[in-house]
Amino acid sequence: MYQPVLLANIEKDNSHTLAVYEAGGGYRTLRRVLKGMSPADVAAAVQSSNLRGRGGAGFPTGLKWSFLPKDRPGPIYLCVNADESEPGTFCNRVLMELDPHQVIEGTILSGYATRASTAYIYLRYEYPLSLRRLQQAIDECYRAGLLGKHVLGSEYSLDVYIHRGAAAYVCGEETGLIESLEGKRAWPRIKPPFPAVEGLFRKPTVVNNVETLACVVHILDRGVDWFRSIGTPPDPHDPRDPGSFGPKLYCLSGHVSRPGCYEGPLGLTCRDVIEEFGGGVWKGRKAKAVVPGGLSTGLLTAGELDTRLDFTGPVQAGCLGLGTAGVIVLDETYSMIDFLHNSCRFFAHESCGQCTPCREGTQWALEMVERIKAGRGRLRDLDLLLEIADTIGIIPGTTICGLADGAAWPIKNAIRKFRDEFEDYIRRTNPAGYGVTEPVPAMGEVVSRQYSVDSSVHI
Amino acid sequence: MNHVATHRQILSSEIVDAIRARFPRYPTRQAALLPALHVVNERLGYVPPEAVVEIAELLELAPAEVQDTLSFYGFFAQDQPQGRTTVWFCQSCSCAARGSEGLLVYLCKKLGIRPGQTTPDRRVTVRAAECLGACDSAPAMLVDDVLHKDLTGEKIDRFVESLKGE
Repeated sequence: MYQPVLLANIEKDNSHTLAVYEAGGGYRTLRRVLKGMSPADVAAAVQSSNLRGRGGAGFPTGLKWSFLPKDRPGPIYLCVNADESEPGTFCNRVLMELDPHQVIEGTILSGYATRASTAYIYLRYEYPLSLRRLQQAIDECYRAGLLGKHVLGSEYSLDVYIHRGAAAYVCGEETGLIESLEGKRAWPRIKPPFPAVEGLFRKPTVVNNVETLACVVHILDRGVDWFRSIGTPPDPHDPRDPGSFGPKLYCLSGHVSRPGCYEGPLGLTCRDVIEEFGGGVWKGRKAKAVVPGGLSTGLLTAGELDTRLDFTGPVQAGCLGLGTAGVIVLDETYSMIDFLHNSCRFFAHESCGQCTPCREGTQWALEMVERIKAGRGRLRDLDLLLEIADTIGIIPGTTICGLADGAAWPIKNAIRKFRDEFEDYIRRTNPAGYGVTEPVPAMGEVVSRQYSVDSSVHI
Repeated sequence: MNHVATHRQILSSEIVDAIRARFPRYPTRQAALLPALHVVNERLGYVPPEAVVEIAELLELAPAEVQDTLSFYGFFAQDQPQGRTTVWFCQSCSCAARGSEGLLVYLCKKLGIRPGQTTPDRRVTVRAAECLGACDSAPAMLVDDVLHKDLTGEKIDRFVESLKGE
């Protein structure tokens, strides 16, 4: 029976305070590490564990840390990516509101391992309770000598500052975050150079997700073997597969009886999460489609719910990846046209505008879906939408960052897995024009550039 | 005769001090720009062009550099002050699946405004938002610092009533 570790504290009264955190064993790991392990020891443990980033990309954390130059004079920066903005995702929020000290302990341990002198927590604007709780926890840490000069009397010093975002999804991208922290528009950078070599303020920088940092505490507390005993081992036929080890916070929302944040080993099936944690689809209905890992990962059909939610399962089912394990359930009464419209609006709004395929592609995709929804769609539009979706992104190699891949996947999965529904809708709502293949005029009252979500709401 | 040009400061000394307090955190002044924009947006309700010029002076940047950053983040109001209360009403996937779109329309109709607008008495501004990370209590809206969860028509009625009291 899996015992939660990430969510072990959250039910306690005042779980967010230093007193309660330490009473439960908090900062015991940090004390032991500072006394008896070198930064290289900590980094080696994280590397052996095969911990993979929980923010969406799943890049092996120890490997990312290993890109830091060994011989450059400092400073080195650690950025805590608390910009959690992927639709369907709220597990970082739960950790920061209810167990901020776990996040801070993970930050100090990771800062120690990477020899970072300053950690910036880039926190999305829309999490005011997380801001209060994190700041309160940071203040408690400074007073207790857990932060600042000579952490717990050791040679290691670390300052932690919270830096508040301004509602831009692209700031969750590590180089978008760095540009935003530097005080600029959040236009992601071309990699290489990677942030570990040239990052924040052009210094070596590591950007890690909140949940990833929390895992670091438990790897050092319970050991690498414990961590690797949980989850899905590497595919024996693929020497490059690091496996999917460790605990995961699954965010469940949408048409379920019990939406919420739940902890389990990596590799639970989508069905497990919906039934065991979520109490099943609501109102006695059946699932039509399920987002496996946050909106950008696309959709699973009802027949694909035995897909394991680890770093390989969703990919095998034609989705972008595990993403954030933000599971959104859509029942049999929900229209896939509405789903796709909502998704295209999100990505058109959040596209930073730097790369032409994403800026233009997301906008045209939105306009086409709006025209379809308004009853002026053509069957040809479905192929045009797929053409856009197949050609924007880092996977096809046409954009600087993966936002475009995230924009593309819901289009690909919705149209390819639910093509009948789209065709029926188009034929039914545009009986005279669905077969037209020549270009059609734009809609009369089109809102031509959706720069704000506000203008997309029709009163 | 001396001609003295009076330059009226839009940023009070309190605002300037709050911005300067952030400088020691960063090795560059430009990194204090987003915090500065937040301070000004909170205190003045928006960031007008005069503030852009004064922020630029404080941060040793060109006004165009400040405007470049400011205009990227649609979060900040530039044209006119926001209402005393700002509502961010989530419109993303999980909330939409549980009826947020109709509820936003309902709220706006009750207040007599469209999303993005402020009521004539400047009491409240309503903005449509992307995912607030409150999917476990959808539909949701962020009202200043407080998250309103599991919204229904009745809760919206009670919220609108509560605005009248203050």
